Amino acid sequence: MTAGIIATWAIAISLLIGSFFCLVGAIGLLRFRDSMVRLHAPTKVGTMGVGGLLLAAMIHSYTFEQGSLHELLIMGFLFVTAPISANFIAKVHLHHRTCKMPDPPPHDETWATLDVPEADLEIEAQSDA
Amino acid sequence: MRGALHWLFPHPLLTILLAVVWSLLQSAFTPGMFVFGVILGIVIPKITSPWWPDAPRSFRITRMIPYVLLVLWDIIVANIQVAWIVLTRPNDKLRPTWVVIPLELRRPEAITILAGTITLTPGTISADLSNEGHSLLVHTLDTDDPEGVRDEIKRRYERRLKEIFL
Repeated sequence: MTAGIIATWAIAISLLIGSFFCLVGAIGLLRFRDSMVRLHAPTKVGTMGVGGLLLAAMIHSYTFEQGSLHELLIMGFLFVTAPISANFIAKVHLHHRTCKMPDPPPHDETWATLDVPEADLEIEAQSDA
Repeated sequence: MRGALHWLFPHPLLTILLAVVWSLLQSAFTPGMFVFGVILGIVIPKITSPWWPDAPRSFRITRMIPYVLLVLWDIIVANIQVAWIVLTRPNDKLRPTWVVIPLELRRPEAITILAGTITLTPGTISADLSNEGHSLLVHTLDTDDPEGVRDEIKRRYERRLKEIFL
């Protein structure tokens, strides 16, 4: 067993793990019915799916070519942006009232997305109608 | 001296981050490119500082590292759990619910990190804040015990974040 053979196996296994999780994310997006539930599959499984593929790319570049650390940057950017896009999609669902609505919060008046300034109440009423 | 330093580095952490990211973006590490990264790290915070309300106060970086490792481990476990639910649970057996988490954290950076952590870990997505910022709205994929989920998040993540962001 040389280092090259071990690395090839490691690359193959990470590729398989990564693509399996990507596939599961896509299946989840297709098969759930509720819009909020569908959001769960791609946001979570996506990190691990892309993570597996990037790990394979890193092992490959360190064994067979010049090493590269760009994958770590991609991972970092993904971890920072994935929750924000999920948060935005959830806010859109709340705003359009296309999901089961939550109860109002215990300490404050309402949820920030549903908090319409007085000047905009008229526009809000029109868009609901 | 202190004033001059503050004038040159309005956001020290952002300066370091920009220099490191710029060096990582290069295909090979060269001193020249690192110096250019440092220049970018000084110029960009300087130009954008009118849009920053004030520099974030510091946090304990030594406590941040175990927190990041804990979250990475939880992400791996969460992925397997969610994949299992996606592949095996029929639609009408799912029990999605809203969970409200009363927040003890007050600093915006801490709340942002908590919300990001919640989205990346077991079957939960942070959806919204209340209008005064005292509670966080979280959507759970499948649970029969919303109080348990709330206590778990408070115990596992919020308690640690409170120690990081004093």
